[in-house]
Amino acid sequence: MNRMPVHLQHLGYADEQLQQVTGLLACREAQASTLLALFGEPEHYSYPSIFIYGHRASGKSHVVLTLLKELKMPHVVVNCIECVSPGLLFERMLLSLFGTLTMPLPRGPSLSDFVRLYQQLCSEQPATQTRYIVLDHAEFLRDMSTNLLPGFLRLQELVEDNVTVIFLSKIVWDKFRPNSGCFEPLLLHFPDYSKAELQQILAQESHPSYSPELYSSYISILLGVFYSVCRDLRELRHLAALNFSKFCEPLEKGEAKEGDTHKLWRNIEPHLKKAMQTVYLREVSSAQWEEQQQKEEEEVRELQGLSAYTHMELPYYSKFLLIAAYLASYNPARTDRRFFLKHHGKIKKTNFLKKHEKTSNHLLGPKPFPLDRLLAIFYSVVDSRVAPTASIFSQISTLVTLQLLTQVGHDDQLDAPKYKCAVSLAFIRAISRTVGFDVIRYLYDFL
Amino acid sequence: MTTSSVSKGCFVFKPVVKKKRKILGAEDYFVDGSDDVENGKLRFQLCQSLWQKMKEDIECMQEDLNKKMLDGFLEFIRKSAASFWSRGDSWTSQMRANEIPTAALVLGVNMPDHSITFESMIVQLQASLTPFIVSVQAKECGALKQLMQKVLQRLMGTNITVDEDEAETELGVHNNELPQKRVNCSLDALCDWYRTATKKPSGKSPRKRRSCSQSEFPQGPPVVVIFRDLEAFSPQVLQDFILICSQYVQQVPLVFVFGIATSPSTIQRMLPHSVSSLLCIELFQSLSCTQHLATIIDKLVLTSKFPFKISAKVLQVLVGIFLYHDFSVCNFLKGLQLSMLDHFHSQPLSMLCCQKQDALLHAQQLSHQDVERIRQLPSFMRYVEKQEPEKQVQLLTSDERVKEVCQKLLKDLRSYHKNFYPVLRCLHVLTSILPKYPLGKQIRELYVLCLEKNVWETQEYESAMQLIRMLAKDALVTSLQKCVDILKCCKSKKLKEEGQQLQGLTATFQKLDSKIIPVDSKYVSMVNNHFLTLLAMKECRRTRRKTPYEILRNHVVDYIDSLVKTHLCLPESQPLYEVWYYSSSGTVRRHLNATPRTSIQTALSNPYCYLQNEALKNESGVISSTAPDICIIYKLHLECGRLINLYDWLEAYITVATAAEGKDLSAMEGGKVDKLKHARFIRGVSELEFLGFVKSTRKKTDHVARLTWGGC
Repeated sequence: MNRMPVHLQHLGYADEQLQQVTGLLACREAQASTLLALFGEPEHYSYPSIFIYGHRASGKSHVVLTLLKELKMPHVVVNCIECVSPGLLFERMLLSLFGTLTMPLPRGPSLSDFVRLYQQLCSEQPATQTRYIVLDHAEFLRDMSTNLLPGFLRLQELVEDNVTVIFLSKIVWDKFRPNSGCFEPLLLHFPDYSKAELQQILAQESHPSYSPELYSSYISILLGVFYSVCRDLRELRHLAALNFSKFCEPLEKGEAKEGDTHKLWRNIEPHLKKAMQTVYLREVSSAQWEEQQQKEEEEVRELQGLSAYTHMELPYYSKFLLIAAYLASYNPARTDRRFFLKHHGKIKKTNFLKKHEKTSNHLLGPKPFPLDRLLAIFYSVVDSRVAPTASIFSQISTLVTLQLLTQVGHDDQLDAPKYKCAVSLAFIRAISRTVGFDVIRYLYDFL
Repeated sequence: MTTSSVSKGCFVFKPVVKKKRKILGAEDYFVDGSDDVENGKLRFQLCQSLWQKMKEDIECMQEDLNKKMLDGFLEFIRKSAASFWSRGDSWTSQMRANEIPTAALVLGVNMPDHSITFESMIVQLQASLTPFIVSVQAKECGALKQLMQKVLQRLMGTNITVDEDEAETELGVHNNELPQKRVNCSLDALCDWYRTATKKPSGKSPRKRRSCSQSEFPQGPPVVVIFRDLEAFSPQVLQDFILICSQYVQQVPLVFVFGIATSPSTIQRMLPHSVSSLLCIELFQSLSCTQHLATIIDKLVLTSKFPFKISAKVLQVLVGIFLYHDFSVCNFLKGLQLSMLDHFHSQPLSMLCCQKQDALLHAQQLSHQDVERIRQLPSFMRYVEKQEPEKQVQLLTSDERVKEVCQKLLKDLRSYHKNFYPVLRCLHVLTSILPKYPLGKQIRELYVLCLEKNVWETQEYESAMQLIRMLAKDALVTSLQKCVDILKCCKSKKLKEEGQQLQGLTATFQKLDSKIIPVDSKYVSMVNNHFLTLLAMKECRRTRRKTPYEILRNHVVDYIDSLVKTHLCLPESQPLYEVWYYSSSGTVRRHLNATPRTSIQTALSNPYCYLQNEALKNESGVISSTAPDICIIYKLHLECGRLINLYDWLEAYITVATAAEGKDLSAMEGGKVDKLKHARFIRGVSELEFLGFVKSTRKKTDHVARLTWGGC
């Protein structure tokens, strides 16, 4: 379905300029024209704050930046992740809006410092056009001081200047709204690209040495495989680049012509399927993937993905400590007597197997346990006599650093620390197999 | 300090100039307390030089071991830097998302050991690729701010302001070393800095990256950020940092290095797909630590190069600590160094434990006291007993005679070791192909066995020999060939001859007709299944006529057996073995694998052990009133349950304490508690609390909870 390209129309800007912009904003004409309408003519005041949201790679920053740049509006773009302190944020804005700072920001500036300085600089260089401040990754603003977001929302009012703040975020506005209420920005949603739109955008960037039609057919094959798992434009473009050389291989060798779509499809499809399981998940890095493609079919050895390397070597007692921690995490404490005492006497079966506890421990996840219990279980599962040496205790903290155990609550070592075991059942089974310990027999859930 | 002033205020006290105390060196501590200072100093020097030699060997070896991984790593960095500068040329690289090249180094679970690898990696990088290397550790980067600050500060060598309040406090510290330039903590600043640093020759700015000139490096050296302990980083910080860096990857050739202790899947656990898709991860696996240890033992212990030897017990302790506790090669080497130091410290005759010429020289210069010490060595006494009567008299009376014999014995000891290790290796080559490894899979197990008793007297040896007698031709011949190679390489003439003979035998194997072989190979394949049936088969085969191969094989096995019997006898049987061998495994264990809790409990329950005061000596179970307060309080608390009533405890304490003074108990009957005793009690309890035996509890205010279990 070929949509008629919507022509942007605006009184404030020349027609050919707008035409050029339209060419750059494929499939986002509607949003662009809404934005332009909101911006109004260059000298007019615009709405104080605009909040744009949409998924990753849905063209938010692309549209806003292209408009601002191509139509030469004064603007500043600040990435909020980077600004580890508000001072940094303010300084960037002022620097790129006004060039130089006549007076430096004070130490640890607050919003009012920023406003004061802005007003000062603004009085020297009054705005002839609307100034735009674009805050990318605006969700990080929420983690900064609480008055920042409401302040920026009504910045126009505070500094009494022709300024508009544009927020770009992946998160909906509802998650931003402070409890105390604030000035409501205009919301603009960028929906995900549809399959046809993706096809259209991707096909624009065809390889210079092949015909656009060929590339377009390649893209449709690619989308056929990947569209179900990935709609991220950036990722798709990356994958297209990675696999295109493989697609062209029959053409290079002269085995097929550009018209043999079926042949080309048969050649590339299994390859793309493999890519979906490896390089798309970053199991195999893209550099390794490319390298592998260049090799001949025969010598390609199976590249092992990252998750294939789960094997881990641990010292003997660390393994047992980990096993003990696992048992302590997933067994109810009252069952310890049954598992670890030789002569535990009679425990009533009905009492022991409580219905609601059964099978639920693994679904509920690990429970915290005190150090005493860990050591008690450790001493009963390890087969030899172990002296309580310093290195046993240091192994526990090593396991914590390796994130195989996690410490719960306060980290006061004297006051009976508590831990949780953070490894999976499969992992602990592999570990216990190496030391010849049948962990399943000691787990309450599997009784 | 006091002043004569009557008013309140601040007073300046100038430090009193103290006379400079002589700073004691290691040597002074070494000879401290020994009667023969000169001898001590000599031993100290011997020890130092020997360790120095060992250390050089170790460093060489570790470089070799890491070489493969490091070469791959350097190649990766080089390639990624090159691809950064060539990007933009082709269509593919324009289309590709900007990924940060990342090397994931899997280094094994012992993290302190990683520092060797990282150090040598940084040195190599600096030597050939880039001067811009930062290494960060998780503990210094709790938040994104600090991580950014650390990275920028270390790269640019300037003070970075993050939060102005923090900067102010740090100002004083950095003032002297770093030029005061206010740089914002952002990667923008880094990009600017990188542009100027790579453009200008470094001569212009005096404080830029050492003295090495930029021209040594390829154009546009990459900026390498090393995360030493990936697991310990907070995932959020790492994610944000990667997100930020990915924005700048067009401008600066960034390369990340992740030091991973566990497994590469940690990366996927820590980073969501949206972040890990910004990285182009390549994996590098280091040598496993057990292999590393095996090489170390092979090069340091199983060699006649170094005269210092450790006994089976000590070796077992060290290997045990390694395998059971820490997997740390560094600790193993530290243990080796410790035992060496202790050997030279505690054994006065260890001055003979050095290279051949020196040892002979020292033997000539033995003092009378040392000669007496030699006479008292058990191994020397055994040697004397074996001599003829008149020689015995000579050895016991004449110092000169002892010195002469001593030189001869030292030479013998040396040649014994020269033969010992090659034969040990041969035996290991032959037995390590046997099913179930009767003599151990690793050569160190066999070595320990040989150090403990005469190996040919053991059951395992016998079964191993039986199994060798059943080996198929090709397996036997290949391992025999290996043995020949080992024997030929060694210095000792005698063994070289043996090697020749063995080669002759091996050659005759090859001449044999190959038709007979299949029978045997069938047996060997069965060995894996059933050892007993095999023995039975052997039994029935005995009745049958032997093939030439079997005859020859038996011959070879007998030959090996005789080789073992002549060369692998116990080191203890060698006179003067105490000079070379260090055997106090208890000391090593106490020092390396300390048991603080046991020590504390011993100190509390049996104070005599540490205080050595006769008055404290008593049978266990009785609470001695003369013991220190804390011991009494500790013993009393052992009798209590989970919760201890403080008042009861105090009363019990006072009863014991007053008994010590010999006063009548009725003195305190009035219900009043002696204030002094009360104070002593409270101090004792708080000391116990500090040691972690009790803690206050919210359940009952006048009670404390016990943190240990078990009574007296």
